[in-house]
Amino acid sequence: MSVLSVRDLTVTYYTQAGPVPAVRGVDLAVDKGEVLGLAGESGCGKSTIVNAILRLVPPKTKVTGQILLDGEDVTAMKPGRLRAVRWSGMSVIFQGAMHALNPVQRIGNQIAETITIHGQADEKGAQVRAGALLEQVGLPPRRLRDYPHELSGGQKQRVMIAMALACQPDVVIADEPTTALDVMVQAQVLKLLKELQRELGLAMLFITHDLSVLVEVCDRLAIMYAGKIVEEGPSVEVFRDAKHPYTTALSGAFPQIGDRRFRMAPSGLPGDPPFPGGVPEGCSFHPRCPLAFDECPTVEPELYPAGDGRRAACLLVPRGERTPVAP
Amino acid sequence: MSETMPAVSSPLPNAREPVLAVRDLHVRFAGRVGLWQGLRGAKPADARAVDGVNLELYPGEVLALAGESGCGKTTLARTIMGLERPRSGDIFFEGKPLGRGTRMLREYRRRVQMVFQDPTAALNPRQTIYESIAEGLRVHSITRGSGGESEEQLVARALSAAGLRPPERFYLNYPHELSGGQRQRVVIAGALVLDPEIIVADEPVSSLDASVRGEILKLLLGLRNELNIAMLVVTHDLGLAWTIADRVAVMYLGRIVEIGPAESVLTNPIHPYTRALLKVVPEAGGIDRPFLAGEPPDPTSIPPGCRFNPRCPEVASGAAEAAGVLPACQKQDLGLQELRAGHFAACHLMSREAGVESAPAPPPLER
Repeated sequence: MSVLSVRDLTVTYYTQAGPVPAVRGVDLAVDKGEVLGLAGESGCGKSTIVNAILRLVPPKTKVTGQILLDGEDVTAMKPGRLRAVRWSGMSVIFQGAMHALNPVQRIGNQIAETITIHGQADEKGAQVRAGALLEQVGLPPRRLRDYPHELSGGQKQRVMIAMALACQPDVVIADEPTTALDVMVQAQVLKLLKELQRELGLAMLFITHDLSVLVEVCDRLAIMYAGKIVEEGPSVEVFRDAKHPYTTALSGAFPQIGDRRFRMAPSGLPGDPPFPGGVPEGCSFHPRCPLAFDECPTVEPELYPAGDGRRAACLLVPRGERTPVAP
Repeated sequence: MSETMPAVSSPLPNAREPVLAVRDLHVRFAGRVGLWQGLRGAKPADARAVDGVNLELYPGEVLALAGESGCGKTTLARTIMGLERPRSGDIFFEGKPLGRGTRMLREYRRRVQMVFQDPTAALNPRQTIYESIAEGLRVHSITRGSGGESEEQLVARALSAAGLRPPERFYLNYPHELSGGQRQRVVIAGALVLDPEIIVADEPVSSLDASVRGEILKLLLGLRNELNIAMLVVTHDLGLAWTIADRVAVMYLGRIVEIGPAESVLTNPIHPYTRALLKVVPEAGGIDRPFLAGEPPDPTSIPPGCRFNPRCPEVASGAAEAAGVLPACQKQDLGLQELRAGHFAACHLMSREAGVESAPAPPPLER
């Protein structure tokens, strides 16, 4: 059974301009020891999914569907239960670690606080465990006494990873964990995350706009567009041989160096991703789709089976017509 | 300051005169020490952000400038734009040294335009698109185009050239009414309206959505092809360099350590640092390869010898010692040496393997 599963999730924000359906029916499942990557552009709803799973959406937001953590519905949890589950059942690594740490507390105390609050150890035990956690993320334990400003961006993100692991959660959600980091440091942090995930057998939901990063660390990929998943499957296959034209375009934005097809040939899509309040009728991607045909503006595609553990929401898939691979 | 431009150090095959040349450029930012350390006699160390750079940009070429954060690539671009004052060194535009005089800088700033990373920050939120673009013309007191066009015709032409068509539709919009990609097009139109010879673009697509990036890159490449505008593109993304650059320069700790034709640099790099940078470009199917350890280095304390030697995998693996160049790596600073046609690198080991002497380092900053 999946450690985390999301069933038919919809999230609607209520704004002054009216309801904004940010997530429009999403199913996801992450098994133990598996990394699921969720990719998409700004406004596609990927961060809203994270916030819904963690129950961090604004109070007036309407959330329907189920979010099951080890079989227990997060959307129905009482506040006390929720507090217990957060950090020990599932934890999160936010983007911008720079701002997530308390600037006036030593990092050791910040890590230890998580452990003592969840009653997993006393003060002393928590400090010992915090030191062990720092070592696990590649920092010397003497750094426990440092304040956040004494650490570099990459080191702060390592501390955030240590905190996320402090209470031995089953699920770790990483929301753009490396976006603010330098290329070299990003690679180091990604490698660390992947190694820890493997070692601890964690289930992980990894969210970023950078498809090339996801392909590197994830087992499976789900591609989101305008509040829905448009393609899903094993990561390398999805990246190399996309079934949905949007995935094809997204892969094309991350050229492989040495690949002649990309040399002096940047590829992109005309137009912009739709605003969540104004999603087009039919297939939401059709106004930008290079392969759109007469049915696309009226028929909304569902996720059709597209071979080996893969699904894609494109009307061309059930017709057996393959979309071309990246340009 | 010398009146004539010294001989070109890195000619392209069939090279013309460079439109822009940078000679032994040094930019430093003053360091600070705390009061207590100052009282105890500590001296502040300057950050050597650009530490002896030589570079040419040829008419109509796209040159990508790559490196880690803090390597000085943005400072170099800003100094070329005249936004930072160099401590020493010269910038030559069309063969003539760039003076510090206001009139000369003004003319230069018309012909060299900058595109910034974040279009939202680059545009005035309370100015309409028309005003934003016409402002450049007004600042430079241009009331008529070279063919006698009116201001409106010039603005309309720039907007269309940047892919905002029909241009009239955007005149009265404010930046917040446009998408990120459109805003970056407005910024590019603002550069184009002044009919520049050079565009310096600092991470032009990194704040944009992935599916929009390609279109902006296509636009930049099209401008080069149609208007023969030379471009210096600062980027941390080597994949981007592969898609649009003719040449690639790799910077490390304030110095260019490798420069050459994009295909040669990116598929067959010479310098160990370039190889390390290419290794961190994400690859499909796994992350189990070794990466360069450590943080971006500190420009206030540049190590002696080859500035990369403390992190160099060739030094760590003993390859440098086996080739007998280790003492040089640790003690002897060096410059760019042509190791393949038009492809230069600053590496003692690679020079030794090619059977040539390492090039001398660029002259240090005179005190």
